[in-house]
Amino acid sequence: MKKNSRNDDAPRIGVFVCHCGLNIAGTVDCPKVAAEIARLDNVVHARDIQYACSEPGQHAITKDIVELGLERIVIASCSPRLHEPTFRQMLERAGLNPYVLEMANLREQCSWVHINEPGEATLKAVDLVKMAVARASKLEPLQSRKITLNKRTLVIGGGIAGIQAALDLADNGYEVVLVEKSPSIGGNMARLDKTFPTMDCSI
Amino acid sequence: MTDAGRHPNIKVMTLSEVIDVKGYVGNFDVKILKKARYVSEKDCTACGDCTRVCPVVRPDEFNSGLSSRRAVYSPFPQAVPSAYVININECLGHNPVVCGKCVEVCEKKCINFHMSDEEVVERVGSIVVATGVEAYDPTELDEYGYTRYENVLSSLELERLVSAGGPSGGELIRPSDRKVPKSIGFVQCVGSRSAGKGASYCSNICCMNTIKSTLVLKEHHPEIEIKVFYIDIRAFGKGFEDLYTKSRSLGVQFIRGLPGSIVETADKGLRVAVDNGASGKIVFHDLDMLVLAVGLKPAKTTKKLQEMLGLQLTSDGFFLEAHPKLQPVDAATRGIFFAGCAEGPKDIKDSVTQGSAAAARVARLLHRGEMLSEPITAEVEAEKCKFCARCVEVCPYGAISLDTKRKLPAVVNPAACAGCGTCAAECPFDAIVMNHYTDEQIMGQVDNLLSENPENRILVFACNWCSYAGADYAGVSRLQYPPSVRLVRTMCSGRVDESFIWAGFANGAPVILVSGCHIGDCHYINANKWTVKRIEKIQKKMEKLGIRPDRLRLEWVSAAEGIRFAALMREMETLRAGVTAEEIAETVNALVKVSR
Repeated sequence: MKKNSRNDDAPRIGVFVCHCGLNIAGTVDCPKVAAEIARLDNVVHARDIQYACSEPGQHAITKDIVELGLERIVIASCSPRLHEPTFRQMLERAGLNPYVLEMANLREQCSWVHINEPGEATLKAVDLVKMAVARASKLEPLQSRKITLNKRTLVIGGGIAGIQAALDLADNGYEVVLVEKSPSIGGNMARLDKTFPTMDCSI
Repeated sequence: MTDAGRHPNIKVMTLSEVIDVKGYVGNFDVKILKKARYVSEKDCTACGDCTRVCPVVRPDEFNSGLSSRRAVYSPFPQAVPSAYVININECLGHNPVVCGKCVEVCEKKCINFHMSDEEVVERVGSIVVATGVEAYDPTELDEYGYTRYENVLSSLELERLVSAGGPSGGELIRPSDRKVPKSIGFVQCVGSRSAGKGASYCSNICCMNTIKSTLVLKEHHPEIEIKVFYIDIRAFGKGFEDLYTKSRSLGVQFIRGLPGSIVETADKGLRVAVDNGASGKIVFHDLDMLVLAVGLKPAKTTKKLQEMLGLQLTSDGFFLEAHPKLQPVDAATRGIFFAGCAEGPKDIKDSVTQGSAAAARVARLLHRGEMLSEPITAEVEAEKCKFCARCVEVCPYGAISLDTKRKLPAVVNPAACAGCGTCAAECPFDAIVMNHYTDEQIMGQVDNLLSENPENRILVFACNWCSYAGADYAGVSRLQYPPSVRLVRTMCSGRVDESFIWAGFANGAPVILVSGCHIGDCHYINANKWTVKRIEKIQKKMEKLGIRPDRLRLEWVSAAEGIRFAALMREMETLRAGVTAEEIAETVNALVKVSR
């Protein structure tokens, strides 16, 4: 499939450049980025994709991972703060460790902030993906460990929101400690006469 | 309220404040200061005998000071718990010679002046922050005469005045002469949507609260003349427009424009001058009473709690959610959730919705009783450790232990480690590996970024929680900045190793920016204080090597500061453009010499 020079021990890297409709592709030339990246050592597969996070997008990536035996995955799309968990789960479903994923932020930190400079934005996108590939080649699988969770909850503030949260949790069988700084719970709402939109009393 | 008070699964702690929080998701140790009530919560039957004999008279906070209460009192008739309380600062003294009348009359012997404040530690798995809001105090808006004119009230005071449980038994009366006013005006946006005094945001509830009040007033006094002075009426919720239409159909006049001045007339009425936007003329309105629709502001405790829990605030001072659309009740810190106005002003329906949402998020987290930890933690390479204990000193979580005497290498407790990476950056012997943010991984990015035309590149280290999120926010807001910028993400600015900076300059970087959360806002308690020390130290070394220290900058950018991030990138570009090729070459040479 791939003709590039490859060190046999080096991980097989797959790169997916997302259009995000026109959010990225409106500014960044995504097929060009993918083509540039395909030339890198250790990158055995690089392609652009319409919506990486969509169901068909994830399906296509998963298929490539399995069929091409990809070992490190770079998704060049939106901020990892948004979809890192999505793609980590996708990796798990594809049989990879979720931590062999690296994302390049081509939307929030490239296409959206260089809207009027498509040429420069595309060069920057190539750079960002190259950096991601460099990092991905060094990523190691990581194992989570179990943490026991105490099932009690502390609610700070005994106004209407705190009371509602406490009651819902308590009715579901969870223990709640409701802390209120004044002598009574009720908060601001207890001081209201009638309340909109029902025009009934607050207490 | 009563449901919460008597629910077997809910422990209600009133007169209590959280004073310290330690731990992590699933395992928080919360220290709570429970102030003494001086009346037994268990035994008090709320008979009121104590109040009848108490000689101390004070303004009643619940009724906004429109009535009085005693030093031993019930906060309000439906209070939960129903037990009375003594305000010990107002009480004549626990010395029975001075007073002690309440102790004498209490048949059940509930009053005990020897009660003292206690500190309680509660172990919990998650925390819901529902600290709410306070009403804006219109005192500073002197033009509305709130402190000068008796018949100018705040909306909260009107609320008490028309309440059946209020000081006038629900009878609408003017404070000055206790007569029913013939006309009443409402001033909207008091302390809201203001570039000057008060806050710039919309408080969300005041338009509908005023409309509700007009309906209540019209119901009791159909003949009363009501004028509402406003900028925009925001009746955006379900059923709200109907109420607005109903109010207008009952003859309530909605007049666009806020009063410029208010003066008191001879009969203690109020003459309100409002600029008529359509005619351009100033119109005077004579009213018997005026109500200021005050806005909402974050509770006073917000800042303290934010620091204690390592959370973030928006520029408005409300808690910042993990994502404004998709995770509106989650804090960025795992195991902490928001409900109600703590996250921003909202009405009752939205507060209830969010309370339920927060409960569902908590249940989602806790229901299994266990979870998988984030494996992004630090690990010590025992053979490299020289027992200096620097890591122990810098770890914000006390997650590292080390026996210097017996020369046992450092050990990281992975459950307590939050993964900031400060220890890895500070270890003088490179004995600590920060998983998922290893030296190799980060250096790979830095080297790659500077491999071609480094003179045109701006290397920015950005912490995941604030600066990187601030950069994302600039993107979401479509704020444009120069394309020379490249971000390298670390979990915390504390991870930025000295060697990364030297590698950057040695590879020809013209400028480098290290950015993180504002001091006090660090997602890893206070790890960024080590970033400050480290950068200052590097800048001193740069000076000695003849490298301009201002080519390395340290700046704080919060997740809400997209505008600041974009502006900072423009500044960095100016700084970059000012670094010549010769200067870069000199730096590279100087660093090559040192490394030899």
